[in-house]
Amino acid sequence: MAAGERALGAAGAVAFGIAVIAAATAAVEGLLRIGLLNRYIVPLPSEVLASFPRIVVEENILAPFVVTCKECLYAMLLVAVFGILTGTLLHRFVALRAATETWVAALASAPIALMYPLFLVLFGRSATTVVAMGLIAGLPPAILKTVEGLGGTRRVLINVGRSFNLTAGQMFAKILLPAALPNIFVGLRLGLIFCLINIVGVEFMINFGGLGHVINELAERYDLPGTYAAIGFVILVSILFLILTERIERCLQPGT
Amino acid sequence: MGAIGTEARPAQAMAPPPDWVLVVEDLGKRFDTPDGAVTAVDGVSFGVRKGEFLSVIGPSGCGKTTVFNIVGGLEPGYQGRVRIGGEEVRGPHKSIGMVFQEESTFPWRTVLENVSFPLEVAGVARAERHQRARRFISLVGLAGFENRYPSELSGGMRQRVAIARTLAFEPTILLMDEPFAALDEQTRLILGDKVLQIQQELAQTTLLITHNITEAVQLSDRIVVMTFRPGRVKRIVEIDLPRPRTSEIVGSEAFGRYVAQVWNDLREEATRGMAESEIGALSRRP
Repeated sequence: MAAGERALGAAGAVAFGIAVIAAATAAVEGLLRIGLLNRYIVPLPSEVLASFPRIVVEENILAPFVVTCKECLYAMLLVAVFGILTGTLLHRFVALRAATETWVAALASAPIALMYPLFLVLFGRSATTVVAMGLIAGLPPAILKTVEGLGGTRRVLINVGRSFNLTAGQMFAKILLPAALPNIFVGLRLGLIFCLINIVGVEFMINFGGLGHVINELAERYDLPGTYAAIGFVILVSILFLILTERIERCLQPGT
Repeated sequence: MGAIGTEARPAQAMAPPPDWVLVVEDLGKRFDTPDGAVTAVDGVSFGVRKGEFLSVIGPSGCGKTTVFNIVGGLEPGYQGRVRIGGEEVRGPHKSIGMVFQEESTFPWRTVLENVSFPLEVAGVARAERHQRARRFISLVGLAGFENRYPSELSGGMRQRVAIARTLAFEPTILLMDEPFAALDEQTRLILGDKVLQIQQELAQTTLLITHNITEAVQLSDRIVVMTFRPGRVKRIVEIDLPRPRTSEIVGSEAFGRYVAQVWNDLREEATRGMAESEIGALSRRP
Protein backbone atom coordinates (compact mmCIF):
# COMPACT_ATOMS: atom_id res chain seq x y z
CA MET A 1 0.00 0.00 0.00
CA ALA A 2 2.74 2.41 1.04
CA ALA A 3 4.81 1.42 -2.00
CA GLY A 4 1.77 1.95 -4.20
CA GLU A 5 1.18 5.37 -2.69
CA ARG A 6 4.83 6.26 -3.20
CA ALA A 7 4.69 5.15 -6.86
CA LEU A 8 1.49 7.15 -7.34
CA GLY A 9 3.14 10.15 -5.70
CA ALA A 10 6.20 9.86 -7.94
CA ALA A 11 4.03 9.50 -11.06
CA GLY A 12 1.98 12.48 -9.93
CA ALA A 13 5.14 14.56 -9.49
CA VAL A 14 6.33 13.67 -12.99
CA ALA A 15 2.89 14.45 -14.43
CA PHE A 16 2.84 17.77 -12.58
CA GLY A 17 6.32 18.64 -13.88
CA ILE A 18 5.27 17.91 -17.46
CA ALA A 19 2.08 19.91 -16.98
CA VAL A 20 4.07 22.92 -15.72
CA ILE A 21 6.40 22.79 -18.74
CA ALA A 22 3.43 22.40 -21.10
CA ALA A 23 1.65 25.35 -19.48
CA ALA A 24 4.76 27.56 -19.67
CA THR A 25 5.28 26.58 -23.32
CA ALA A 26 1.62 27.32 -24.10
CA ALA A 27 1.94 30.69 -22.35
CA VAL A 28 5.01 31.63 -24.42
CA GLU A 29 3.23 30.46 -27.58
CA GLY A 30 0.25 32.64 -26.68
CA LEU A 31 2.38 35.69 -25.88
CA LEU A 32 4.20 35.32 -29.20
CA ARG A 33 0.99 34.90 -31.15
CA ILE A 34 -0.62 38.00 -29.67
CA GLY A 35 2.59 39.93 -30.30
CA LEU A 36 3.70 40.61 -26.72
CA LEU A 37 6.94 38.75 -27.45
CA ASN A 38 8.98 39.31 -30.60
CA ARG A 39 8.88 36.35 -32.99
CA TYR A 40 12.17 37.47 -34.58
CA ILE A 41 13.97 36.92 -31.26
CA VAL A 42 11.96 34.07 -29.73
CA PRO A 43 10.63 31.39 -32.08
CA LEU A 44 7.20 29.84 -31.57
CA PRO A 45 7.51 26.79 -29.29
CA SER A 46 5.37 24.86 -31.80
CA GLU A 47 7.98 25.64 -34.47
CA VAL A 48 10.79 24.57 -32.13
CA LEU A 49 9.02 21.27 -31.50
CA ALA A 50 8.45 20.80 -35.22
CA SER A 51 12.14 21.39 -35.96
CA PHE A 52 13.35 18.51 -33.72
CA PRO A 53 12.92 15.84 -36.45
CA ARG A 54 14.36 18.26 -39.02
CA ILE A 55 17.64 18.85 -37.17
CA VAL A 56 17.94 15.12 -36.48
CA VAL A 57 17.71 14.40 -40.23
CA GLU A 58 19.24 17.49 -41.83
CA GLU A 59 21.87 18.40 -39.24
CA ASN A 60 22.54 14.80 -38.20
CA ILE A 61 22.48 16.08 -34.62
CA LEU A 62 22.81 12.67 -33.01
CA ALA A 63 26.53 12.55 -33.90
CA PRO A 64 27.38 15.89 -32.21
CA PHE A 65 25.05 14.86 -29.36
CA VAL A 66 27.24 11.79 -28.80
CA VAL A 67 30.40 13.93 -29.05
CA THR A 68 29.15 16.30 -26.35
CA CYS A 69 28.03 13.35 -24.20
CA LYS A 70 31.48 11.79 -24.49
CA GLU A 71 33.27 15.04 -23.67
CA CYS A 72 30.96 15.55 -20.72
CA LEU A 73 31.53 11.98 -19.51
CA TYR A 74 35.32 12.30 -19.66
CA ALA A 75 35.23 15.69 -17.98
CA MET A 76 32.91 14.41 -15.25
CA LEU A 77 35.08 11.36 -14.59
CA LEU A 78 38.06 13.68 -14.20
CA VAL A 79 36.02 16.04 -12.02
CA ALA A 80 35.08 13.09 -9.79
CA VAL A 81 38.65 11.81 -9.48
CA PHE A 82 40.42 15.14 -9.02
CA GLY A 83 37.58 16.80 -7.12
CA ILE A 84 37.28 14.06 -4.50
CA LEU A 85 41.05 13.68 -4.26
CA THR A 86 41.66 17.41 -3.84
CA GLY A 87 38.73 17.74 -1.44
CA THR A 88 40.14 14.89 0.65
CA LEU A 89 43.55 16.56 0.77
CA LEU A 90 42.02 19.88 1.81
CA HIS A 91 40.02 18.08 4.51
CA ARG A 92 43.09 16.23 5.74
CA PHE A 93 45.49 19.19 5.80
CA VAL A 94 43.89 22.09 7.64
CA ALA A 95 46.62 24.59 6.72
CA LEU A 96 46.25 23.73 3.04
CA ARG A 97 42.50 24.21 3.30
CA ALA A 98 42.87 27.56 5.05
CA ALA A 99 45.30 28.67 2.35
CA THR A 100 43.28 27.62 -0.70
CA GLU A 101 39.57 27.15 0.07
CA THR A 102 38.65 30.77 -0.68
CA TRP A 103 40.50 30.63 -3.99
CA VAL A 104 38.74 27.43 -4.97
CA ALA A 105 35.38 29.03 -4.16
CA ALA A 106 36.35 32.13 -6.16
CA LEU A 107 37.23 29.92 -9.12
CA ALA A 108 33.61 28.70 -9.23
CA SER A 109 32.38 32.18 -10.15
CA ALA A 110 35.18 32.98 -12.61
CA PRO A 111 34.20 33.18 -16.33
CA ILE A 112 36.43 30.25 -17.22
CA ALA A 113 34.98 29.91 -20.73
CA LEU A 114 36.75 33.16 -21.64
CA MET A 115 40.10 31.50 -20.95
CA TYR A 116 39.70 29.34 -24.04
CA PRO A 117 42.61 30.99 -25.96
CA LEU A 118 45.00 29.83 -23.24
CA PHE A 119 43.67 26.27 -23.48
CA LEU A 120 43.88 26.42 -27.29
CA VAL A 121 47.56 27.27 -26.93
CA LEU A 122 48.06 24.44 -24.44
CA PHE A 123 46.05 21.67 -26.10
CA GLY A 124 45.32 22.93 -29.63
CA ARG A 125 41.87 22.96 -31.30
CA SER A 126 40.89 19.56 -29.98
CA ALA A 127 38.50 17.67 -27.74
CA THR A 128 41.20 17.84 -25.04
CA THR A 129 40.70 21.61 -24.83
CA VAL A 130 36.94 21.16 -24.46
CA VAL A 131 37.32 18.46 -21.79
CA ALA A 132 40.00 20.43 -19.93
CA MET A 133 37.79 23.50 -19.76
CA GLY A 134 34.86 21.39 -18.61
CA LEU A 135 37.10 19.89 -15.93
CA ILE A 136 38.32 23.25 -14.64
CA ALA A 137 34.76 24.57 -14.48
CA GLY A 138 33.39 21.47 -12.72
CA LEU A 139 36.12 21.10 -10.12
CA PRO A 140 35.31 23.85 -7.58
CA PRO A 141 31.89 22.57 -6.47
CA ALA A 142 33.16 18.98 -6.38
CA ILE A 143 36.11 20.00 -4.20
CA LEU A 144 34.11 22.25 -1.89
CA LYS A 145 31.29 19.75 -1.34
CA THR A 146 33.80 16.95 -0.71
CA VAL A 147 35.47 19.07 1.98
CA GLU A 148 32.05 19.88 3.44
CA GLY A 149 30.92 16.25 3.35
CA LEU A 150 34.04 14.84 4.96
CA GLY A 151 34.08 17.59 7.59
CA GLY A 152 30.40 17.09 8.31
CA THR A 153 30.69 13.40 9.17
CA ARG A 154 28.87 12.87 12.45
CA ARG A 155 31.31 12.66 15.36
CA VAL A 156 29.60 9.54 16.72
CA LEU A 157 30.29 7.60 13.49
CA ILE A 158 33.97 8.52 13.73
CA ASN A 159 33.96 7.43 17.38
CA VAL A 160 32.40 4.10 16.36
CA GLY A 161 35.30 3.63 13.95
CA ARG A 162 37.83 4.59 16.61
CA SER A 163 36.24 2.20 19.11
CA PHE A 164 36.74 -0.62 16.57
CA ASN A 165 40.41 0.37 16.16
CA LEU A 166 40.07 1.27 12.48
CA THR A 167 43.23 2.29 10.64
CA ALA A 168 43.27 5.72 8.97
CA GLY A 169 42.64 4.05 5.60
CA GLN A 170 39.73 2.02 6.93
CA MET A 171 38.29 5.08 8.63
CA PHE A 172 38.33 6.95 5.33
CA ALA A 173 37.06 4.13 3.12
CA LYS A 174 34.43 2.70 5.44
CA ILE A 175 33.12 5.71 7.35
CA LEU A 176 34.25 9.15 6.14
CA LEU A 177 33.75 8.58 2.42
CA PRO A 178 30.36 6.82 2.64
CA ALA A 179 29.12 9.43 5.10
CA ALA A 180 30.27 12.22 2.78
CA LEU A 181 28.79 10.69 -0.38
CA PRO A 182 25.48 12.61 -0.36
CA ASN A 183 27.43 15.90 -0.22
CA ILE A 184 29.95 14.70 -2.77
CA PHE A 185 27.16 13.87 -5.21
CA VAL A 186 25.63 17.31 -4.72
CA GLY A 187 29.04 18.69 -5.66
CA LEU A 188 29.26 16.43 -8.69
CA ARG A 189 25.81 17.46 -9.89
CA LEU A 190 26.69 21.14 -9.50
CA GLY A 191 30.01 20.42 -11.21
CA LEU A 192 28.13 18.75 -14.05
CA ILE A 193 26.13 21.93 -14.64
CA PHE A 194 29.24 24.16 -14.78
CA CYS A 195 31.03 21.52 -16.81
CA LEU A 196 28.31 21.23 -19.46
CA ILE A 197 27.88 25.01 -19.77
CA ASN A 198 31.60 25.36 -20.43
CA ILE A 199 31.82 22.39 -22.78
CA VAL A 200 28.99 23.66 -24.99
CA GLY A 201 30.30 27.22 -24.66
CA VAL A 202 33.79 26.24 -25.83
CA GLU A 203 32.39 24.06 -28.64
CA PHE A 204 30.39 27.12 -29.69
CA MET A 205 33.41 29.45 -29.60
CA ILE A 206 36.05 27.25 -31.22
CA ASN A 207 33.65 25.57 -33.66
CA PHE A 208 35.00 22.15 -32.83
CA GLY A 209 32.21 19.57 -33.15
CA GLY A 210 29.57 18.81 -30.54
CA LEU A 211 26.25 20.48 -29.86
CA GLY A 212 27.88 23.89 -29.34
CA HIS A 213 29.17 23.79 -32.90
CA VAL A 214 25.70 22.87 -34.25
CA ILE A 215 24.07 25.65 -32.22
CA ASN A 216 26.62 28.10 -33.61
CA GLU A 217 25.97 27.04 -37.21
CA LEU A 218 22.18 27.18 -36.81
CA ALA A 219 22.41 30.61 -35.16
CA GLU A 220 24.67 31.85 -37.95
CA ARG A 221 21.96 30.79 -40.42
CA TYR A 222 19.36 32.54 -38.23
CA ASP A 223 17.49 29.26 -37.92
CA LEU A 224 15.98 30.16 -34.56
CA PRO A 225 13.64 27.14 -34.17
CA GLY A 226 16.57 24.83 -35.05
CA THR A 227 18.87 26.67 -32.60
CA TYR A 228 16.38 26.29 -29.75
CA ALA A 229 15.79 22.64 -30.67
CA ALA A 230 19.56 22.06 -30.55
CA ILE A 231 19.62 23.72 -27.11
CA GLY A 232 16.93 21.18 -26.21
CA PHE A 233 19.49 18.46 -26.93
CA VAL A 234 21.93 20.16 -24.51
CA ILE A 235 19.21 19.99 -21.87
CA LEU A 236 18.80 16.32 -22.74
CA VAL A 237 22.53 15.74 -22.08
CA SER A 238 22.12 17.44 -18.71
CA ILE A 239 19.08 15.33 -17.83
CA LEU A 240 20.86 12.11 -18.84
CA PHE A 241 23.86 12.90 -16.68
CA LEU A 242 21.74 13.98 -13.72
CA ILE A 243 19.81 10.70 -13.94
CA LEU A 244 23.11 8.80 -14.23
CA THR A 245 24.60 10.46 -11.12
CA GLU A 246 21.38 9.82 -9.18
CA ARG A 247 21.46 6.14 -10.15
CA ILE A 248 25.11 5.81 -9.16
CA GLU A 249 24.41 7.53 -5.85
CA ARG A 250 21.48 5.22 -5.17
CA CYS A 251 23.67 2.20 -5.95
CA LEU A 252 26.39 3.42 -3.59
CA GLN A 253 23.99 4.57 -0.87
CA PRO A 254 21.02 2.23 -1.08
CA GLY A 255 19.69 2.91 2.42
CA THR A 256 19.68 6.67 2.33
CA MET B 1 20.89 2.83 54.14
CA GLY B 2 21.18 -0.88 54.48
CA ALA B 3 17.58 -1.59 53.54
CA ILE B 4 16.78 -5.02 52.03
CA GLY B 5 20.36 -6.16 51.85
CA THR B 6 21.67 -2.98 50.32
CA GLU B 7 25.27 -2.18 51.00
CA ALA B 8 25.96 1.42 50.38
CA ARG B 9 29.38 2.71 51.25
CA PRO B 10 31.34 5.87 50.65
CA ALA B 11 33.95 5.92 47.90
CA GLN B 12 37.42 5.01 49.04
CA ALA B 13 40.82 4.25 47.57
CA MET B 14 40.85 0.70 46.27
CA ALA B 15 43.50 -1.93 45.84
CA PRO B 16 42.11 -3.80 42.83
CA PRO B 17 40.95 -7.33 43.68
CA PRO B 18 42.03 -10.00 41.17
CA ASP B 19 38.50 -10.53 39.75
CA TRP B 20 38.23 -6.92 38.52
CA VAL B 21 38.64 -6.83 34.77
CA LEU B 22 38.37 -3.07 34.54
CA VAL B 23 39.98 -0.74 37.05
CA VAL B 24 39.54 3.01 36.95
CA GLU B 25 41.96 4.79 39.25
CA ASP B 26 41.88 8.38 40.34
CA LEU B 27 40.59 9.77 37.02
CA GLY B 28 40.74 13.49 36.54
CA LYS B 29 39.96 15.64 33.54
CA ARG B 30 39.88 19.40 33.03
CA PHE B 31 38.47 21.21 30.02
CA ASP B 32 39.40 24.71 28.95
CA THR B 33 36.27 26.68 28.17
CA PRO B 34 35.69 30.37 27.30
CA ASP B 35 34.57 30.82 30.93
CA GLY B 36 37.80 29.30 32.25
CA ALA B 37 39.02 25.81 33.10
CA VAL B 38 36.33 23.35 34.21
CA THR B 39 37.16 20.22 36.16
CA ALA B 40 34.79 17.64 34.72
CA VAL B 41 35.86 14.69 36.88
CA ASP B 42 38.20 14.47 39.81
CA GLY B 43 39.59 11.45 41.62
CA VAL B 44 37.09 8.96 40.16
CA SER B 45 37.94 5.38 41.08
CA PHE B 46 35.98 2.15 40.73
CA GLY B 47 36.38 -1.35 39.39
CA VAL B 48 34.22 -3.77 37.44
CA ARG B 49 34.22 -7.49 38.19
CA LYS B 50 34.14 -10.12 35.49
CA GLY B 51 30.54 -10.68 34.39
CA GLU B 52 29.28 -7.79 36.49
CA PHE B 53 26.79 -5.12 35.39
CA LEU B 54 27.92 -1.82 36.84
CA SER B 55 26.19 1.49 36.25
CA VAL B 56 27.57 4.98 36.72
CA ILE B 57 24.80 7.44 37.53
CA GLY B 58 24.84 11.13 38.18
CA PRO B 59 23.13 14.41 37.34
CA SER B 60 23.66 16.14 33.99
CA GLY B 61 27.09 17.75 33.89
CA CYS B 62 28.73 15.37 36.39
CA GLY B 63 31.22 14.06 33.83
CA LYS B 64 29.61 10.67 33.11
CA THR B 65 30.27 10.91 29.40
CA THR B 66 33.82 12.07 30.12
CA VAL B 67 34.34 8.87 32.14
CA PHE B 68 32.82 6.89 29.24
CA ASN B 69 35.16 8.53 26.73
CA ILE B 70 38.23 8.06 28.92
CA VAL B 71 37.50 4.39 29.62
CA GLY B 72 36.77 3.85 25.91
CA GLY B 73 40.07 5.49 25.00
CA LEU B 74 38.47 8.35 23.08
CA GLU B 75 39.49 11.15 25.45
CA PRO B 76 43.17 12.02 25.65
CA GLY B 77 44.91 14.21 28.22
CA TYR B 78 43.51 12.95 31.53
CA GLN B 79 44.96 12.16 34.91
CA GLY B 80 44.81 8.75 36.55
CA ARG B 81 44.80 5.30 35.04
CA VAL B 82 42.50 2.88 33.28
CA ARG B 83 43.55 -0.74 33.47
CA ILE B 84 42.02 -3.68 31.66
CA GLY B 85 43.09 -7.09 32.89
CA GLY B 86 46.01 -5.44 34.67
CA GLU B 87 47.22 -3.67 31.50
CA GLU B 88 47.14 0.12 31.47
CA VAL B 89 45.42 1.46 28.36
CA ARG B 90 45.62 4.95 26.86
CA GLY B 91 43.51 4.59 23.74
CA PRO B 92 40.79 2.44 22.16
CA HIS B 93 41.32 -1.15 23.25
CA LYS B 94 40.22 -4.40 21.63
CA SER B 95 38.73 -5.54 24.95
CA ILE B 96 36.23 -2.68 25.06
CA GLY B 97 33.16 -2.38 22.88
CA MET B 98 31.29 0.90 22.97
CA VAL B 99 27.60 1.69 22.48
CA PHE B 100 26.94 5.39 22.10
CA GLN B 101 24.08 7.60 23.23
CA GLU B 102 23.51 9.05 19.75
CA GLU B 103 22.15 7.05 16.86
CA SER B 104 25.29 5.42 15.50
CA THR B 105 24.27 2.86 12.89
CA PHE B 106 25.66 3.36 9.41
CA PRO B 107 22.68 4.44 7.27
CA TRP B 108 24.26 3.11 4.07
CA ARG B 109 24.55 -0.44 5.44
CA THR B 110 21.85 -3.01 6.06
CA VAL B 111 21.34 -4.44 9.54
CA LEU B 112 23.46 -7.45 8.59
CA GLU B 113 26.22 -5.26 7.15
CA ASN B 114 26.12 -2.98 10.19
CA VAL B 115 26.41 -5.85 12.66
CA SER B 116 29.14 -7.60 10.67
CA PHE B 117 31.12 -4.35 10.38
CA PRO B 118 33.68 -5.03 13.15
CA LEU B 119 34.26 -8.50 11.73
CA GLU B 120 34.70 -7.04 8.25
CA VAL B 121 37.41 -4.62 9.40
CA ALA B 122 39.05 -7.48 11.29
CA GLY B 123 39.32 -9.37 7.99
CA VAL B 124 36.86 -12.18 8.78
CA ALA B 125 35.64 -13.93 5.61
CA ARG B 126 32.23 -12.81 4.34
CA ALA B 127 30.36 -16.07 4.95
CA GLU B 128 31.71 -16.46 8.46
CA ARG B 129 31.13 -12.86 9.48
CA HIS B 130 27.56 -12.98 8.21
CA GLN B 131 26.96 -16.21 10.12
CA ARG B 132 28.36 -14.68 13.31
CA ALA B 133 26.48 -11.44 12.76
CA ARG B 134 23.18 -13.31 12.37
CA ARG B 135 23.67 -14.82 15.82
CA PHE B 136 23.93 -11.38 17.42
CA ILE B 137 21.06 -10.02 15.34
CA SER B 138 18.95 -12.87 16.65
CA LEU B 139 20.20 -12.22 20.18
CA VAL B 140 18.90 -8.63 20.11
CA GLY B 141 15.59 -9.84 18.66
CA LEU B 142 15.99 -8.52 15.13
CA ALA B 143 15.93 -11.80 13.20
CA GLY B 144 14.11 -11.19 9.93
CA PHE B 145 15.36 -7.61 9.66
CA GLU B 146 18.83 -8.49 8.34
CA ASN B 147 18.31 -6.83 4.97
CA ARG B 148 16.58 -3.71 6.23
CA TYR B 149 18.33 -0.34 6.33
CA PRO B 150 18.40 1.76 9.52
CA SER B 151 16.03 4.27 7.91
CA GLU B 152 13.42 1.49 7.84
CA LEU B 153 13.73 0.78 11.58
CA SER B 154 12.47 2.46 14.74
CA GLY B 155 14.83 4.24 17.14
CA GLY B 156 14.79 1.29 19.55
CA MET B 157 15.56 -1.18 16.77
CA ARG B 158 18.46 0.95 15.56
CA GLN B 159 19.90 1.05 19.04
CA ARG B 160 19.63 -2.75 19.18
CA VAL B 161 21.54 -2.89 15.89
CA ALA B 162 24.26 -0.76 17.49
CA ILE B 163 24.35 -3.08 20.51
CA ALA B 164 24.52 -6.18 18.27
CA ARG B 165 27.32 -4.58 16.25
CA THR B 166 29.32 -3.95 19.41
CA LEU B 167 28.63 -7.48 20.70
CA ALA B 168 29.86 -8.88 17.37
CA PHE B 169 33.20 -7.26 18.22
CA GLU B 170 33.16 -9.75 21.14
CA PRO B 171 34.50 -7.30 23.69
CA THR B 172 35.53 -8.34 27.19
CA ILE B 173 33.79 -5.24 28.51
CA LEU B 174 30.66 -3.69 27.03
CA LEU B 175 30.65 0.05 27.62
CA MET B 176 27.34 1.86 27.07
CA ASP B 177 26.65 5.58 27.30
CA GLU B 178 22.94 6.21 27.93
CA PRO B 179 22.00 3.95 25.02
CA PHE B 180 18.27 4.35 25.62
CA ALA B 181 18.25 8.07 26.39
CA ALA B 182 16.41 8.99 23.21
CA LEU B 183 13.72 6.33 23.63
CA ASP B 184 10.34 6.46 25.33
CA GLU B 185 9.94 4.89 28.77
CA GLN B 186 8.12 1.74 27.61
CA THR B 187 10.68 0.98 24.90
CA ARG B 188 13.41 1.72 27.42
CA LEU B 189 12.04 -0.88 29.86
CA ILE B 190 11.62 -3.50 27.15
CA LEU B 191 15.11 -2.86 25.82
CA GLY B 192 16.37 -3.02 29.38
CA ASP B 193 14.92 -6.54 29.50
CA LYS B 194 16.71 -7.38 26.28
CA VAL B 195 20.02 -6.05 27.59
CA LEU B 196 19.57 -8.02 30.82
CA GLN B 197 18.83 -11.17 28.85
CA ILE B 198 21.92 -10.69 26.67
CA GLN B 199 24.14 -9.80 29.58
CA GLN B 200 23.02 -12.88 31.48
CA GLU B 201 23.30 -15.16 28.44
CA LEU B 202 26.79 -14.00 27.51
CA ALA B 203 27.93 -13.27 31.10
CA GLN B 204 28.98 -9.99 29.54
CA THR B 205 30.87 -7.58 31.78
CA THR B 206 29.02 -4.31 31.28
CA LEU B 207 29.59 -0.70 32.29
CA LEU B 208 26.54 1.49 31.76
CA ILE B 209 26.59 5.26 31.95
CA THR B 210 23.11 6.60 32.69
CA HIS B 211 21.13 9.32 34.39
CA ASN B 212 18.05 7.12 34.67
CA ILE B 213 17.64 5.67 38.18
CA THR B 214 15.04 3.06 37.18
CA GLU B 215 17.24 1.79 34.40
CA ALA B 216 20.30 1.66 36.65
CA VAL B 217 18.50 -0.30 39.40
CA GLN B 218 16.77 -2.61 36.90
CA LEU B 219 20.01 -3.62 35.22
CA SER B 220 22.85 -3.30 37.69
CA ASP B 221 24.72 -5.35 40.24
CA ARG B 222 26.26 -2.15 41.58
CA ILE B 223 25.66 1.53 40.97
CA VAL B 224 28.35 4.20 41.20
CA VAL B 225 26.65 7.46 42.21
CA MET B 226 28.53 10.57 41.14
CA THR B 227 28.47 14.11 42.48
CA PHE B 228 27.75 17.17 40.36
CA ARG B 229 30.77 18.94 38.88
CA PRO B 230 33.50 18.12 39.50
CA GLY B 231 32.32 14.54 39.16
CA ARG B 232 33.48 12.42 42.06
CA VAL B 233 32.29 9.05 43.34
CA LYS B 234 29.78 9.86 46.07
CA ARG B 235 28.71 6.31 46.88
CA ILE B 236 28.72 2.81 45.45
CA VAL B 237 25.41 1.00 45.97
CA GLU B 238 25.13 -2.79 45.80
CA ILE B 239 21.84 -3.87 44.19
CA ASP B 240 20.86 -7.13 45.79
CA LEU B 241 17.92 -8.04 43.58
CA PRO B 242 17.48 -11.62 42.33
CA ARG B 243 18.82 -12.69 38.94
CA PRO B 244 17.76 -13.51 36.30
CA ARG B 245 15.77 -10.30 36.28
CA THR B 246 13.15 -8.91 33.95
CA SER B 247 11.37 -5.58 33.83
CA GLU B 248 8.73 -7.10 36.17
CA ILE B 249 11.17 -6.35 38.98
CA VAL B 250 10.28 -2.68 38.51
CA GLY B 251 6.99 -3.30 40.32
CA SER B 252 8.57 -4.88 43.41
CA GLU B 253 8.83 -3.18 46.77
CA ALA B 254 12.56 -3.84 47.01
CA PHE B 255 13.07 -2.15 43.65
CA GLY B 256 11.22 0.91 44.85
CA ARG B 257 13.42 1.14 47.92
CA TYR B 258 16.58 1.01 45.86
CA VAL B 259 15.25 3.70 43.55
CA ALA B 260 14.42 5.86 46.57
CA GLN B 261 17.83 5.28 48.05
CA VAL B 262 19.70 6.20 44.86
CA TRP B 263 17.45 9.23 44.43
CA ASN B 264 18.27 10.36 47.97
CA ASP B 265 21.93 10.31 46.99
CA LEU B 266 21.29 12.05 43.70
CA ARG B 267 18.76 14.66 44.74
CA GLU B 268 21.23 17.00 46.38
CA GLU B 269 23.58 16.75 43.38
CA ALA B 270 20.81 17.25 40.83
CA THR B 271 19.54 20.31 42.74
CA ARG B 272 23.04 21.77 42.87
CA GLY B 273 23.51 21.07 39.17
CA MET B 274 20.24 22.77 38.28
CA ALA B 275 21.06 25.80 40.44
CA GLU B 276 24.51 26.18 38.88
CA SER B 277 23.07 25.85 35.39
CA GLU B 278 20.56 28.62 36.12
CA ILE B 279 23.25 30.88 37.58
CA GLY B 280 25.42 30.18 34.52
CA ALA B 281 22.55 31.00 32.16
CA LEU B 282 21.80 34.24 34.02
CA SER B 283 25.43 35.36 34.01
CA ARG B 284 25.62 34.79 30.24
CA ARG B 285 22.60 37.02 29.53
CA PRO B 286 23.56 40.23 27.74
